[in-house]
Amino acid sequence: MQTPDSLSALFKQKAELVSAVVKEVKTPHEALQYAIDVCERKENCLSLMPALNEPPDANPAKIIAAPALDATLTDAMRALCEKNNIRFLTSGLREHLAGIDIGLTFADYGIAETGTLVLDSSSEEVRLTTMISEIHIAILPQSKIRPDAYHLEDELGKNMRSYPNYTAFITGASRTADIERVLALGVHGPLELHILIIPEPEKERT
Amino acid sequence: MQEAKNLKGYKKEVDDALQNEFLRTAMDNFAVAYRTGRANAFAGMDVEALVADIAAAKDAAIARMDELFEEFKTNAEKIGLKVHRAETASQANAIIARIAKENGVNKIIKSKSMTAEETLLNHHLEADGYEVTETDLGEWIIQLRGEGPSHMVMPAIHLSRFQVADLFTDVTGEKQDSEIERLVKVARRELRKAYVEADMGVSGANFALADTATIGLTTNEGNARLVTTLPRVHVALVGLEKLVPTLHDALLVNRALPRNATGQGITSYVTWITGPNVCGSAPDNKKEMHIVFLDNGRRDLARDPVFAQVLRCVRCGACANVCPVYRMVGGHRYGHIYIGAIGLIITYFFHGRDKAENLVQNCINCGACKAVCAAGIDLPRLIKEVHARIQDESGHPLTSLLMAKVLRSRKLFHTLLRSAYLAQKPVTDESHYLRHLPFVFAQEHNFRRLPAIAEKPFRDRWPLLKTAVSDPEMRVALFSGCVQDFVYPEQLEAAVKLLSDRNIALEFPTDQSCCGLPLEMMGEKKTTREVARQNINAMSSADCDYIITLCASCASHLKNGYAKLFEHDETMTDRVRRFTSKVHPFSAFLHDILKVKADEFKPVPVKTTYHAPCHLCRGLKISEAPHALIELAGLDFRPAQEEETCCGFGGSYSSKFPNISSQILSKKLDDFKKTEAEILVTECPGCIMQLRGGVKKRGDNLKVRHIAEVLAESKRQTE
Repeated sequence: MQTPDSLSALFKQKAELVSAVVKEVKTPHEALQYAIDVCERKENCLSLMPALNEPPDANPAKIIAAPALDATLTDAMRALCEKNNIRFLTSGLREHLAGIDIGLTFADYGIAETGTLVLDSSSEEVRLTTMISEIHIAILPQSKIRPDAYHLEDELGKNMRSYPNYTAFITGASRTADIERVLALGVHGPLELHILIIPEPEKERT
Repeated sequence: MQEAKNLKGYKKEVDDALQNEFLRTAMDNFAVAYRTGRANAFAGMDVEALVADIAAAKDAAIARMDELFEEFKTNAEKIGLKVHRAETASQANAIIARIAKENGVNKIIKSKSMTAEETLLNHHLEADGYEVTETDLGEWIIQLRGEGPSHMVMPAIHLSRFQVADLFTDVTGEKQDSEIERLVKVARRELRKAYVEADMGVSGANFALADTATIGLTTNEGNARLVTTLPRVHVALVGLEKLVPTLHDALLVNRALPRNATGQGITSYVTWITGPNVCGSAPDNKKEMHIVFLDNGRRDLARDPVFAQVLRCVRCGACANVCPVYRMVGGHRYGHIYIGAIGLIITYFFHGRDKAENLVQNCINCGACKAVCAAGIDLPRLIKEVHARIQDESGHPLTSLLMAKVLRSRKLFHTLLRSAYLAQKPVTDESHYLRHLPFVFAQEHNFRRLPAIAEKPFRDRWPLLKTAVSDPEMRVALFSGCVQDFVYPEQLEAAVKLLSDRNIALEFPTDQSCCGLPLEMMGEKKTTREVARQNINAMSSADCDYIITLCASCASHLKNGYAKLFEHDETMTDRVRRFTSKVHPFSAFLHDILKVKADEFKPVPVKTTYHAPCHLCRGLKISEAPHALIELAGLDFRPAQEEETCCGFGGSYSSKFPNISSQILSKKLDDFKKTEAEILVTECPGCIMQLRGGVKKRGDNLKVRHIAEVLAESKRQTE
């Protein structure tokens, strides 16, 4: 019998096999702080279209995009970004196609068998956030982890019937083995994928 | 691409490819790594059941192709998604060009699509003045080089990092070093601008779900996501065979596709797109979205009782990954646009006879592709079927006709073999190898020494060997096959020795002839069936419980091949079923039916390795029995790497493509050498001819023996 904990452990193991970073956080606010910390530690995003950008800034601000957080979390994130001198975006991602530092999203579901995140990305802002960020950080409630994709057929079917729809399965960072079959991460999508699992609250467990 | 005018031209191209050292090393490494990666990816899963489920689901969808198309179209139109169906490749290209024109498109970006390769879409769009950029790294590389893909999943697998570095240096105008990580970043940087500037994105699709008009795309790099998101127009070019009724079918296929393709549990991205989504670059903030379904022969194929199953193909590329010939010559010589075993077949249907007729002869019939196919397609058989069909359409070559004529009459065939013994006399040496090649053999065979025809075939020795058993426990009929009867009768004698003292009535029905597999390999289907009928009659006359054969190829052909040959002939159904159920290869008969025991043998701990004949390990799925027998006989068993890879014989293949055959052989002999074995055991006279000939030519210190011979030698004499 699969318990939430065993599913979560399997999810973690499978996601790590494809180089995802998997952590547990107690609350969404802890996840926000995690995003800030990762952003602080990383080098500035490399502009993929230098010519299209403004003249190089000597000390450009890093960018975190989180277009789909609820109002409370958005406010909290904005405050954290301000405090750390990070630019915070909730929309207008098309203005930043040269690349951003961090994209922060929730995941709708996790698939344990393959360490996969499922994200309804019908919002173009969400879609771009997961595509053009150098590091994609996704928050995944433990209760949303399913054993395999078959267990999500109803949910996915619902997405597909509420057209238009763009649903993404995301497993690890963008990758290629097109040159000499050598694995390299970060081709056209994120260089890194971090998954923050939020355990179920105690009361739901009993 | 197939440009060769005739078989000679094609062979020349193949021989050139064999000289490519980088390609050979890359392919060797890949072949070994793939096997491990695939096994890990499927660990703990019931692969056979999964493949059977996929085959059934795809068959059901193929049978309803038109219906599913209509369902998809109806559902699509409700959500503003425009659906087209193109009868031909050029029609598909024209539709896409028209969409581009109507939408005032200048620049186009593409994600990987084999279907677009099939229609040569880029050529068409570029000729119409559009700037088209491929965004999959491998596809971009080959586009910049003006080449076609050499693999369906890894299109640039034929290139080294150094070649890519040189290419990127030219493209960027800056010196690029050859570190792969950095080369990938060059693509990341160079292509981002192309995504942003493009007005139209063209993708393929792995799945088209009829019930919701959803398309599914599996990718690793993330390029398809940008291609389907950034530009204001999206066109997906999709083969009609990608239509499935529901998401469930797609999820089913997707359990095998990435595991079989690259040993991944799932690709980095699987994208499900239903209808035109929000698009910030479109005037009304809504994507202009089109699906172009491609027929190009698929609807006819779907109705073809023999070939419909090729439409099950999920384009994982596994059939190329395990193919010993692909491994030697690479994809540009092992396909036209579609590569590997499936390419050998569908080239005929999608690109025509002239592109397929040489290609289709380059199958060694080892069955490695069939064993890994995600959709259970009987690839080797269908390759032979295409070959036969092409010969029926455009005429049979003289050698093939001649062989058919000879083999139709057992007496004529055996008379010719007997006279060949006399003709070869001046050119054999004491070791019973042909000292020089008789004129009938071309110089190209000389990569191995060929054995001589025996002075006295087994059929002439049999009357002296035969013993009467009064009240037998079982009746067994021996099917010799031509090679053992006329070249290696001692192998059959060894078998007779092993079966003596067991209360077995052994028969050798003398009306038996060649099993017919060589004829089938040459595309002579009609005679193949005639010869099969003769053998069924001959063997049935013995009224036996078991039919055993020491030749793995004969065994597999008698058991599986005959069943297929008569599958549509109801008058033969019962006879064929009775016949095939009695057929057993020698090692399986000894191990599984006679259940021989270790105390029947005197242990001789000589280092011994084993070659698994293709038609035994894959054709009949027998891998363990020969291992067990080697150990029961007390030999010191040293398994070789890639034990189940073909030795390169393939019957007439080795005379048609001697240079490929010789390279495959040489790799095998290297693997055996590493085991330090003194004896190499196998269970097929064809393999023995190839391996012994190679050992003799190289002067390796290795005795190549049939398993019956080593067992007979170790057998304890009964008191």
